[in-house]
Amino acid sequence: MIYSENGQLKTSYRADQQLFPISQDRYFILIVLALAFFAVPLLASDYLFRAILIPLVIMSIAALGVNVLVGYCGQISLGSGAFMAVGAYGAYNIMMRVPDMPLVPAVILGGVCAAFFGILFGLPSLRVRGLYLAVATLAAQFFADWMFLRIKWFTLNSASGSVAVSELKVLGISLQSPVSIYVFCLCALVIIALLTKNLVRGAIGREWMAIRDMDVAAAVIGIRPMYAKLTAFAVSSFVIGVAGALWAFLHLGAWEPAAFSVDISFKLLFMVIIGGLGSIMGSFFGAAFIVILPIALSLLLPAVLGLFGLSISTAGLSHAEFVIFGMLIVWFLAVEPHGLAKLWSTAKQKLRVWPFPH
Amino acid sequence: MPIFPKSVAMLLVAAACALTGTIVHAQDAQQYMPVLSYRTGPYAPNGIPIANGIVDYLKLVNERGGINGVKLLIEECETGYDTARSVECYERMKGKNGGAAIFNPWTSGGTFAIMEKSHIDKIPLITYGYGRSESADGGVFKWAFPVGGNYWVAADVIAQAIGQRAGGLDKLKGKKIALLYHDSPYGKESLPIMRERAKMHGFQLTELPVTAPGVEQKSTWLQIRQSRPDYVILWGYGVMNSTALKEAQATGFPRENMFGSWWAGAEPDVRDLGDAAKGYNAVALQSSADPDAKVVKEALASLHAKGLGTGSKDEVGQVLWLRGAVSAMLGVEAIRAAQEHFGKGQVMTGEQVRWGLENLDLTEEKLEQLGFTGVIRPVSTNCTDHMGARWARLSTWDGKAWSISSDWFEADMNVLGPMIKEGADLYAAQKKLERRSDADCKS
Repeated sequence: MIYSENGQLKTSYRADQQLFPISQDRYFILIVLALAFFAVPLLASDYLFRAILIPLVIMSIAALGVNVLVGYCGQISLGSGAFMAVGAYGAYNIMMRVPDMPLVPAVILGGVCAAFFGILFGLPSLRVRGLYLAVATLAAQFFADWMFLRIKWFTLNSASGSVAVSELKVLGISLQSPVSIYVFCLCALVIIALLTKNLVRGAIGREWMAIRDMDVAAAVIGIRPMYAKLTAFAVSSFVIGVAGALWAFLHLGAWEPAAFSVDISFKLLFMVIIGGLGSIMGSFFGAAFIVILPIALSLLLPAVLGLFGLSISTAGLSHAEFVIFGMLIVWFLAVEPHGLAKLWSTAKQKLRVWPFPH
Repeated sequence: MPIFPKSVAMLLVAAACALTGTIVHAQDAQQYMPVLSYRTGPYAPNGIPIANGIVDYLKLVNERGGINGVKLLIEECETGYDTARSVECYERMKGKNGGAAIFNPWTSGGTFAIMEKSHIDKIPLITYGYGRSESADGGVFKWAFPVGGNYWVAADVIAQAIGQRAGGLDKLKGKKIALLYHDSPYGKESLPIMRERAKMHGFQLTELPVTAPGVEQKSTWLQIRQSRPDYVILWGYGVMNSTALKEAQATGFPRENMFGSWWAGAEPDVRDLGDAAKGYNAVALQSSADPDAKVVKEALASLHAKGLGTGSKDEVGQVLWLRGAVSAMLGVEAIRAAQEHFGKGQVMTGEQVRWGLENLDLTEEKLEQLGFTGVIRPVSTNCTDHMGARWARLSTWDGKAWSISSDWFEADMNVLGPMIKEGADLYAAQKKLERRSDADCKS
C-alpha cells in the first residue's frame, strides 16, 4: 500500500531509465540524504562522529570499491588493503612534494596511483581465476607492506616510517572539526556512490557482470575479457584508493603501513560478502555491520550486564565481543547467504504487497 | 525466520542508550583516568601485566586517599594493539566523566595517531619509554611527554653498555654488531642512534629487519651465523624476542652478548626459555623488575592481600607491571604538580595537567615517599625538555628473574640532542608549526 508503484506510469525512456524508477525510492533516498547531511550533524556527538560515523562513511566508500571488483566483476581480491595504502601514501606524497597542493586533487591523484597499482596487480586475473586470483592479489598486499616499510622515498625519509598530515583545508574551510570531516567524507561517498551506480548500470557494468557470470560466454558474445577485467580493477582500486587517502588523512591523521595490513583486506572482503555481492546498498550494510557492530558490542555488553548487576573485565569483554561478532556473521550468512542486501530487497518485496500478501 | 528478532531490537535500544550516555553518569568530584590497554591480540602477554600495573597503582593512589583528596575514576578500554581501535577508545573516553586529563597510548601506531588529535583536544600524552623519540623536544611537541626516556636513550645506552663490555668505547673499532629489529616504526627508532654510534666508534653495523610478527627468523640467523657478529642487539617485541633467543640457542650465539631493547626485556620474552636465555641482557629504561621496592610491597599488602588486586599476584613487581605502575605514577604526579599550582583538591583539566607535566620535579625524597626509591632516578622536566631524565641500566636474565646488572648510564646528549632537534624541526616544517616562544613556555 505504502510502497507500491501502481499508477506510476512511465511515458518516456528517460523516465524508465532513471536511477530510482519508483517514486517512493526516490523520496526515501532524499530523506536519508537530508538526514545524513542536516539532521546528523545537529544531533551526533563528537564521539559518534569520530569513532563511528567517519569510519563508517569512509569504509562504505572502500566497500563500494571492493564491490565493483568482487561483486560486479567476480574477481576475488585480497589486495584491498594494499590499494588503500597506495591511495594514502600516493596522496601523501603528492600533498607533501607539490607546494600548496589542495586536498581534493591530492586525494583524487592518490586514487589514480591506486588505479595504476590495481591494473598492475589485476594482470594475473587474465590468467587465473577464483581462489587462485585471491592468492595472487594477496601478493599486492605483501608488496605494498614491503614497499612502504622499506622504500624510504615514499615516507619522505621519516626516521620511523610513520607519516602524518595536518592543517587540511578544503576551499578555505579547515577540516578539523568532526562535523566538517564527516560532511566532506559524506560528499565524497555520495559522489562516488552515484558514479558507481551509474557505471554498473551502463555498458561497462554489464560487461563486468557478463564476465562474472560466465567469462567464456561473455568472450563469445564479443566482450573483451582483458578490457572488462582491467577496467574493473582500475575503477575498484581508484575508489578504494580514495577511501584509503581519506582514512589516512581524515580518520587516522598519522599512520604507518600496519594501518593497511591484510586485516583491512579481509575486513573489506567480509563487508561485501556480508552486505551482499553485486549490490550498492549491500556495501553500506556490510560496512555498517563490520564497523559499528564491534564497537556497539563493546559499549553494549557492560551496559546490558550492568542491568543484571554483573561486571565484565576488559579482556573478557574483548573476547566476548569477538565471539558474538563471529556468531552473528555465521548467523547472518546462514539466514541469508546473499547478504544483508538480499534481506533488504526481501523486505521491500514484502512491503510492496502489504497488507494483502495474497 | 524472523528478520529482526526481539532480542536484536532490545540490544539496539540498549546500544542507543549506551551511545547517548544515559547509562554512565558523570561523577564530578573524581579525576577521570582512562587506561588504554591491550589485554587481547598478538601482544597480550605484554599488555596484560602493563595494564595490571597501571590499574593497581591507580587503585593504590585511591587507597592512599587520592591526590590531595581527589579520588581517581579508573576506566579501561581495550585496543588490542590496533591503531584504529586505539583512536576509537581515545575518542570514546576523552570527553567522558568530566573529561580525560591525560592519556597513555601504549602502542606505537596509537601514539602517532592520537598525537595528531590530542593537541587539538588539549590533552597531554605520556609515552614513558616509547612513542616518537623526537617528541622529547617540548619546543615543538607541546602536548607529548616521553617522560623518563625514549627509544633513542635506550639505543644510546645499549651502545655504551656494549662499549663497556668490550673494555671501552674505543675498543669497539672494527667490531661487528648486528641489529636485529622489528620492521615497524618501533623497530626503526633504533636505527639513527646505532648508525651514528657506528660512525663515531668505527664498528660495523649490520641491520637485519625482521618482518612482524617475527616468528620466522631462520634466514636472519643464518646470516648471523655466517657473519659472526661480536654482539647482537635485539630490538623486537612480543613473539619475535623469544623466537630470536631460541634461534640464538640453536645457532650457539652466546646470550651474554645479546642486548635487548626495553620491550625485549620482560618476563614474557624469556620465561618459557628459562635457562636457555640465561645471561641475556636488556636495557632497563629507568625501571626493571624490583620485587623489593616499597611500592610493590605496598600494592601487595593493601591491594592483593585484600583481594583488590587487578591481575595475578605473582607478576606484581615484575618488569612490565612495574613499567605500568611507573607510567601511572608519572601521570598522577603530574596531576599533583598541577594541583599544587592551580588549586589543591580540585579536578584538573588537560591543560592544567600539561603544565604539571612540564614542571614535574620528582626528587629523591618524593620518590622515597611514593615508594619508588631505586626503581627510577629523579625526573625533572621543563619547557624544552619533556623527557626529564636520560638514564638507564642493564638488566640480565638469570634463568628465573630479571635483575639489574650494571650501574646507571646516561645517554650522551651530544649524540641525542642534535637528532632530537633535527627530528622535531622536520616535524615542525612538515606541519608548518612555529617553535614555542618564551612566553608560551611560561604559560
